[in-house]
Amino acid sequence: MSVNLAAFLYLVSGVLFILALRGLSHPTTSRKGNMYGMTGMAIAILTTLALATPSAAGLGLIILGLAIGGGVGAYIAQRIPMTAMPQLVAAFHSLVGLAAVMVAAAALYAPESFGIGVVGDIHGQALVEMSLGVAIGAITFTGSLIAFAKLDGRMSGKPIMLPMRHAINLAIFIGLVALIAILVVSESHAVFWLIVVLSLALGILIIIPIGGADMPVVVSMLNSYSGWAAAGIGFTLGNMALIITGALVGSSGAILSYIMCKGMNRSFISVILGGFGGETAAAGGDDGIDRTVKQGSADDAAFLMMNASKVIIVPGYGMAVAQAQHALREMADKLKEAGVEVKYAIHPVAGRMPGHMNVLLAEANVPYDEVFELEDINSEFAQADVAYVIGANDVTNPSARDDKSSPIYGMPILDVDKAKTCLFVKRSLGSGYAGIDNTLFYKDGTMMLLGDAKKMTEEIVKAMEE
Amino acid sequence: MAADKLNDSLDALEQAVSAVRQAVTSYQVDVKNGVADAAAAAHGAASGIDPFIFQFSIFVLAIFVGYYVVWSVTPALHTPLMAVTNAISSVIVVGALLAVGISASGLATGFGFIALVLASVNIFGGFLVTQRMLAMYKKKEK
Repeated sequence: MSVNLAAFLYLVSGVLFILALRGLSHPTTSRKGNMYGMTGMAIAILTTLALATPSAAGLGLIILGLAIGGGVGAYIAQRIPMTAMPQLVAAFHSLVGLAAVMVAAAALYAPESFGIGVVGDIHGQALVEMSLGVAIGAITFTGSLIAFAKLDGRMSGKPIMLPMRHAINLAIFIGLVALIAILVVSESHAVFWLIVVLSLALGILIIIPIGGADMPVVVSMLNSYSGWAAAGIGFTLGNMALIITGALVGSSGAILSYIMCKGMNRSFISVILGGFGGETAAAGGDDGIDRTVKQGSADDAAFLMMNASKVIIVPGYGMAVAQAQHALREMADKLKEAGVEVKYAIHPVAGRMPGHMNVLLAEANVPYDEVFELEDINSEFAQADVAYVIGANDVTNPSARDDKSSPIYGMPILDVDKAKTCLFVKRSLGSGYAGIDNTLFYKDGTMMLLGDAKKMTEEIVKAMEE
Repeated sequence: MAADKLNDSLDALEQAVSAVRQAVTSYQVDVKNGVADAAAAAHGAASGIDPFIFQFSIFVLAIFVGYYVVWSVTPALHTPLMAVTNAISSVIVVGALLAVGISASGLATGFGFIALVLASVNIFGGFLVTQRMLAMYKKKEK
C-alpha cells in the first residue's frame, strides 16, 4: 500500500472517531456513533498491517496479542457491574498510559521500524515528542492506578498529604524537563528509563493527596492525559489517526474536568493541589441551629409519596454503593401506577464520575426522558410535593446557597428544601464527603429515613403494596 | 534563413542540455560530498513546509473540533463518552503493530507486544462496554 493511501485511510479513521463522539449528543444516535468508532479502529489496524507487511512470524505474534488482549477486554466488558464503571474507566486509562510508554520504548530500541532514524541517531524532534509521550503516559499509568485503587475501595479515599509535597512535585517536574533535554542530546537509554521512573513517581504523588469526592475531576483529568500521551506518540510516528484522536480525547477530558469543577464551584488548581474531602470534621454543635431531626418510617414515606402529585428523586453516590437503583425504579413504577408524576434530578458531580448516575438509572430501565440535569429541573422543586433524596448529601446542602461562611458556599445545589416534604434516606446522621453538616436535616419539611438505601426503598415499595 | 535559425536554436538546445548535464553531475558530486541535506532543505523550502507543521496544524484543528463536539455531548452520556474516548485513544495500537510486525530488535518486539496486548484490552473492552451501556438508554414506553 502506498504511503499516501495509508495516510488518507488514517485520516478517514480519525474522522470516524470524531463522528463517534458526535453521536453521543443524543442517546438515539449514540449507538451508531459507537459503530463508527469501531469501524475507525478496524481501518486504522488494517491499514497499518497493509502498510507494514509484517513477516509470517510477526503476523502470528500480532494475532496472538490481539486475541489475548481482545479476549480479556471482551470478558471484562461483559462482566463488569455498572456500579464499578468509574474504577473500570480508571483502569482502562492506566492501560493507555502504559501502552504509550511501551510504544515509546519500542521506538527507542528499533527506530528504523518507525522511520525516525537509526539507533544512536534518532531525529531530535522525534525524541522530544517521544519523551513527552512517555512522560505523560507514565504519569497517566500510575495516577490512574491510584485513582482505581481509591475508587475500588482498595485504598482509603482520604487524601494522603506528604510534607513538602508541592516542593517535591516541582522538583520532579524540573528534573523531568532537564532529563528530556539530556535525552534529546545523548539518546541515552538510561536517561529514557530515568524519565519513566520519575514520571511514574510523579503520577502517584499527584493523585494521592486528592480526596474521594474529587474523583470525578481526577478521572476526567486522567482521561485528558491519556489523550495527550497518545498525541505525543502520534507525532513521533507521524500518524494522523493518532494525532487527531489524541487531540479529541485530550480536549474531551479537559472539558469534563471543567464541568466537574464547575459542578463543585472549585477551581481546577485547588482540586489538583488536593487535600479536600475525606476528613470528617464534625461541625460544632453550638451555632444557633436547632439540631432536632424528624425521623420517619417506610410506612410514613409510602403514605406521603402515594398522596403526592409530583415526586422528584435525587440519587447520589450512596445509591450506587447500596445498588439501590432497581428498587428505586420499582418504587417509581408503583408511584406512576398511582398516577403520581415522577422525575429524577441529577447533580453534575453526583457519583464518582461524570454521568455515573445516568448509567445506573438506565441500567435499572429508567427511561432517559424522565432524568433531568440540575439546571433543567431545579425550578420544579417548588412545585413538587416530595423530594426523595437517596444517597446524595452535599449536593443538597442549603448552606451552599445561603451560608457565606460554609466551605461549599457557591456550589450549585439541587433545591430539595423547596419541595413540600423532603425525604432523606441516609445510613446515619453523619456528614457527607466534604465533612460538612447538612442543615437540611434540621428543617421542618425534612423527614429522615435512617437505613440502608436499598433496604429502605424496598420497604417503602412493600408498604406501598399494602 | 530558416535553416540557420534552426541550427542556432539546436546549438542553444545542445548547450542547455550540456549545462543541465553538468548541473546534474555536480549535484551528484554534491550528494556524494554529503551536501544532500542542504539540497533536501532547499527542496523543502521550495515545496513548502516541514511535515511537523502540517501535523501540528491538524493537531490544533482537531483540538478545536474536539472542543465543539464534546460540548454537544449530552451530560447523560458523559460516562459512555469517557469509555469511548478511552477506546479510541487505544489507536496507539498502530505503534505497537509496527514494533511487533517489523522491528528487528527483540527488545522492541517485546515492548511492542506488551503495548499490543494492553491496547487490545482497551479497544475491545472500551467499545463493548460502551455498547453495553448505550443499549440500556431507553425512551419511555408509550
